[in-house]
Amino acid sequence: MPVTNIEKSPENLTMVVTSEFEAEPGRVWQMWADPRLLERWWGPPTWPATFVDHEFTVGGRASYFMTGPDGDKARGWWRFEAIEPTHRIEFADGFADQDGEPDDGMPTMAVRVSIGQDGASGSTTRMAIESRFDSIEDMEKLAEMGMEEGITLAIGQIDDLL
Amino acid sequence: MVVDSADEKQADRLFRALANPTRRDIVKRSMRDDYSVSALARCYTTSFAAVQKHVALLEAARLVSKRPRGREQIVRGNTEAIETARRLLDQFEEVWRERIDLFDKVLNQPEKEGPDAGDQH
Repeated sequence: MPVTNIEKSPENLTMVVTSEFEAEPGRVWQMWADPRLLERWWGPPTWPATFVDHEFTVGGRASYFMTGPDGDKARGWWRFEAIEPTHRIEFADGFADQDGEPDDGMPTMAVRVSIGQDGASGSTTRMAIESRFDSIEDMEKLAEMGMEEGITLAIGQIDDLL
Repeated sequence: MVVDSADEKQADRLFRALANPTRRDIVKRSMRDDYSVSALARCYTTSFAAVQKHVALLEAARLVSKRPRGREQIVRGNTEAIETARRLLDQFEEVWRERIDLFDKVLNQPEKEGPDAGDQH
């Protein structure tokens, strides 16, 4: 299991997921920088993601949709706030309407990714992802969407990736 | 699934109530032992009135309840509410665990191409 630690803070509405990979930091970075790689892991297997845009620059936007087993599409967007190859990415993650435009009625989440080499061994890369929520209502809404996908995931056949 | 707005308001009160170190400490103490409001007030440098306010806020968020005992009000922590506070983050943990597992799989087979790899819409 690549996840090594999860730190949840109900008081601050944050969660930090730390994981380790047997790969160079540059390759871990590519998983975010390359939309063709990104879309292979961002959505659950039963709700695969397709990134339509991926403007990987500060202030740039990404837009994507996830397709459910019944063909339903859930659309989302990112806005990159900070990009420092190959160790830091910060972005806002939100929901979009059917035309791919940001949906102001839906919550956004702040995501902060840190990537670094593990000092102990040269081939291990550590990645920490911090998710920050603005309010409890936002969390409730996001949890609902996630649950819907999670249930589909559980009852569906989980094949090997792609 | 429909969000119950009463639930939402309650959850909001819950997190607001917990967003203060003194209030978090009051919750911790009152879960372990019985404290009267005045006994709690003696634990902090803030005024009795301030502590009383904290307790009122925690009570509104259903994190603690007050029960009269003689002339005193005994503050008791509500374990159930704390559990509710953790529930949401647990759900996000599951989402991210699955995501990171996929991340690891893709990382270990980056050359593999799916049937519609690179398909643009």
